[in-house]
Amino acid sequence: MSTRNAICPNCGAEVRFRWSGAVQTTCEYCKSILVRNDLNLALVGKAADLPIDISPIQIGTEGMFNNKAFQVIGRIVYRYDLGTWNEWHLMFTDGSSGWLSDAQAEYAVSFANSFTDAPPDAGGLQRGMMMVQHNVPLYLTVISHALYETTEGELPFTSYDKEKCYFADFRTNDGRFATVDYSENPPLLFLGQFAEFSSLQLKNLKEFEGWPTV
Amino acid sequence: MNPTAPRKGFVPKAKALNCPNCGSQIELRAAGAASAVICNYCSSTIDATHPQLRIIGQWQAAMTIEPAIPLGSRGKLKGVLWEAIGFQQRGINVDGTNYFWREYVLWNPYQGFRYLSEYNNHWSFVTPLQTLPAPTTVMGMPGLILGPDTYRHFQTARAYTWFVIGEFPWMVQVGEAVDAADYVSPPKMLSSETTDNEVTWSQGEYMTGAEIWQAFQVKTPCPPPIGIFADQPSPYAGKVAGAWKFYGLMCMVLFAMMVFFAITARGQRAFDKTVTITPSQMAGEKSFVTEVFTLDGNNDNLEVNIDADVSNKWIFLSMALINEETGQAFDFGREVSFYFGTDSDGSWTEGSRSDDVLLPNIPGGRYYLRIEPETDPSLAAPISARIQLVRGVPYYFRYFLGMFLLLIPPIWTSIRSAAFEAKRWSESDYSGGSSSSDGDD
Repeated sequence: MSTRNAICPNCGAEVRFRWSGAVQTTCEYCKSILVRNDLNLALVGKAADLPIDISPIQIGTEGMFNNKAFQVIGRIVYRYDLGTWNEWHLMFTDGSSGWLSDAQAEYAVSFANSFTDAPPDAGGLQRGMMMVQHNVPLYLTVISHALYETTEGELPFTSYDKEKCYFADFRTNDGRFATVDYSENPPLLFLGQFAEFSSLQLKNLKEFEGWPTV
Repeated sequence: MNPTAPRKGFVPKAKALNCPNCGSQIELRAAGAASAVICNYCSSTIDATHPQLRIIGQWQAAMTIEPAIPLGSRGKLKGVLWEAIGFQQRGINVDGTNYFWREYVLWNPYQGFRYLSEYNNHWSFVTPLQTLPAPTTVMGMPGLILGPDTYRHFQTARAYTWFVIGEFPWMVQVGEAVDAADYVSPPKMLSSETTDNEVTWSQGEYMTGAEIWQAFQVKTPCPPPIGIFADQPSPYAGKVAGAWKFYGLMCMVLFAMMVFFAITARGQRAFDKTVTITPSQMAGEKSFVTEVFTLDGNNDNLEVNIDADVSNKWIFLSMALINEETGQAFDFGREVSFYFGTDSDGSWTEGSRSDDVLLPNIPGGRYYLRIEPETDPSLAAPISARIQLVRGVPYYFRYFLGMFLLLIPPIWTSIRSAAFEAKRWSESDYSGGSSSSDGDD
């Protein structure tokens, strides 16, 4: 996994990896979804066009979370009944990876984590139910079915073989939250906290016509 | 182009679109962010997340309301520039009466959505809340804790959307109903809206119409607020405690002064003489004068103390304190009487053998007393009366009077504050309890 540069097997454009742990990326030019396969890149599909998208974040946006600098290197776009939301894949300067979710400009940063207690069964989810993970009491607030709309850039896993997801969002009394992804078996846990826009100190954001830049 | 260089993203202004129902032009201000846009002309709710602008629903609006803040206008609140992109009128029905309030959707491409709500010209800046407030009990009533603040439950009611225009981050429709609950900790308020699918929380902060008018440069005159709003900060907030604190401080000052003057009081005996009153000599010229004595100091008080051996008798002394040098006279009269006996209820007494009076503000100088005694002339035995004058006695009454008068401001402030709170809570679910005599507030 030392190769940082590769050639798109579809269009021949240079594909550069920012993060050594990336498993999947998207060719910027032909939107081919490329999966790292030993030393080569395998073409596994084509990314769908991005929906009407006015997230101020883009690949290359930089910011800070808990005094650690990060760079946005990829994203997954999910579609749900109110539109779409973005999970931006973050690469921190220490090499760790995390997620910045942007749902109608409500921001939250989370990290994949391990379950300390067994999560509730997918079939028995009820709003208001509590689970404890890492000594944090978490209350189930939203159960959402979402679709993979499209992906962009570098991801820590492959997404081309996924279509539907089933998430349970848990909140706390102190600004932290958890998401359990029940579309994986066993389910995945993401723990994080909500973040004020200004606290993320985002740089290299998109510009909006008619609005002052941040 | 180097693909690794940060790409310069640019989001152009969205173009106006045509309503798929009536064809009229719809301006999209937050295309891609807003979920729903409502046609200005036919009130259709259109799914703005759908490239083909699918119609979600059509309702004939029961009313038409002109937003005080024109949609599309921008204003800076809390240091951030916001654009008003949506407007709705909502209402609750209490005992057959509709109470309406208005909500504006504010949008900034970086910060997302905020809201302004307005009821009777009271405004709140509302921020969606991701943190769950923790349930608690406040004075036996439901409450919430969020951060450092405790909020008291104010009202829960079913809220209906009556009129809506512009863009919204949810699929708003006329007729939409939620269970809305408000909790207050002035100037802040926590609100929940519960639908079948989810509970959303928001935090409001009280603002005046003047602040909103200034921020959004609204051209129409700013109407004054009516009544007291749920999270309106009380003008007496903090003042009640302050008034009582000040009172406590002043009492301490008065007490210190009282102790100081008690310790430093002159307390000097200026005159002490026993006179004999012979009842049989009451006729004719009966007044006499004493020898001259000196009163030190200037404008100090003078206590006159009379002890008379009266038993079932009375005496009355008309006295004048006369300044030998200026002739200035201070006239006063004192009665000393003491009666006792027994009846069917046992023994009784009335009056006292001694009498005190305090003359304030007597200038210093050389004085004598002119005394004119009176008593029952039919009595046989003479009565002796000891007259003592003490210059500069400690005088406590004024301090207690001061402490009493100083009670007026804190009590007044407390009453005004309680009246303000009573008016605030009269609009709440707890108005019955606080106005009736058996209320437990």
